Amino acid sequence: MRTLIDFVQRIFKTNMVSEFGTIFLFIVTAIVLIVSMLMLAKLLRPHKPNVEKLTTYESGEDPIGNANVQFNVRFYVVALVFLLFEVELVFLFPWAVVFGQATLIQQTDGLWGWFSLVEMLIFVGILVLGLAYAWAKGYLDWVRPQPKVPVIETKVPANLYQKVNEKYGRPSVNEK
Amino acid sequence: MAEIAFYGFSALSIGAALTILFTRNVMYAALCLFLTLLGVAALFVLAGADFLAITQILIYVGGVLVLLIFGIMLTYRPDRESNQKKNLVLTSHLNQFWGGLVALGIFGVLFWVILNANFMIIHSPQLAEFTPQRSTLRSIGVHLMTTHVWAFEVAGLLLLMALVGAAYIAAQREK
Repeated sequence: MRTLIDFVQRIFKTNMVSEFGTIFLFIVTAIVLIVSMLMLAKLLRPHKPNVEKLTTYESGEDPIGNANVQFNVRFYVVALVFLLFEVELVFLFPWAVVFGQATLIQQTDGLWGWFSLVEMLIFVGILVLGLAYAWAKGYLDWVRPQPKVPVIETKVPANLYQKVNEKYGRPSVNEK
Repeated sequence: MAEIAFYGFSALSIGAALTILFTRNVMYAALCLFLTLLGVAALFVLAGADFLAITQILIYVGGVLVLLIFGIMLTYRPDRESNQKKNLVLTSHLNQFWGGLVALGIFGVLFWVILNANFMIIHSPQLAEFTPQRSTLRSIGVHLMTTHVWAFEVAGLLLLMALVGAAYIAAQREK
């Protein structure tokens, strides 16, 4: 408990909070700007709604059914694989900033660079195994829905249309 | 200034967490979870854990929450017939006693662990000459490659297991 309080007190003396304060200012500015724009627009614009204006597509099709459809499970699989590789990426960040540090490499006669490189290759290699597994098993395949081409069963032979066209002097489609 | 920010972000997190508890709409709960996680990330920044804050936003807000919303959209079977009803994903509050008991137990264990933990100060004097920056990223990198290299590789194995298991279970459902 004691060390925790000391630690927090020491951090507040450094500048880290103010650096993140810049990011916070950006977020606050974005929110304030958007809200003030929308409020200004609401003050300026006329407000005369009618049934036609309030439909989803004012000059289009009337929507049928509910917009809240059940999702395909494939999105979930892709999101899962993405999440796992994102966690891997988070581990890569601290490694990447110290991997090539000159002072550490000099003090260990270059051993530091090789050691951290090999460790990271093992780490990435383990995860590449998982990717290879998912790939080989076909979990990454995105099964496309087959388009349903309408088939019309008709007694009229196809070349009859061409014969009619030739008879009445229209150019055949094939000649173009 | 820092205290105002601390109480502000704490209020944001707690308020959003209470909304998750009491709302009946699962979608609102997911969006409030987003606010809670953002507030906790800001608290991490105030505690000097910048890497943890970025990780929190990257993984929890950018990954886990998207997965959660996908899960809601995947399992919820909406009423297809009516387009006049509102798109609410409603749930009911069940098992309040046991749920509350489990939550209190987890809170107690975490509180006890945090009070008794011997926190390692990552900006140790020995490391300070290699890591002149204020950010904890370099110190974490050095620790990850020296004292915690075994845990680091085990984390890789854990991720592999999660990847294989998750892909297998998800693909079973598709058939």
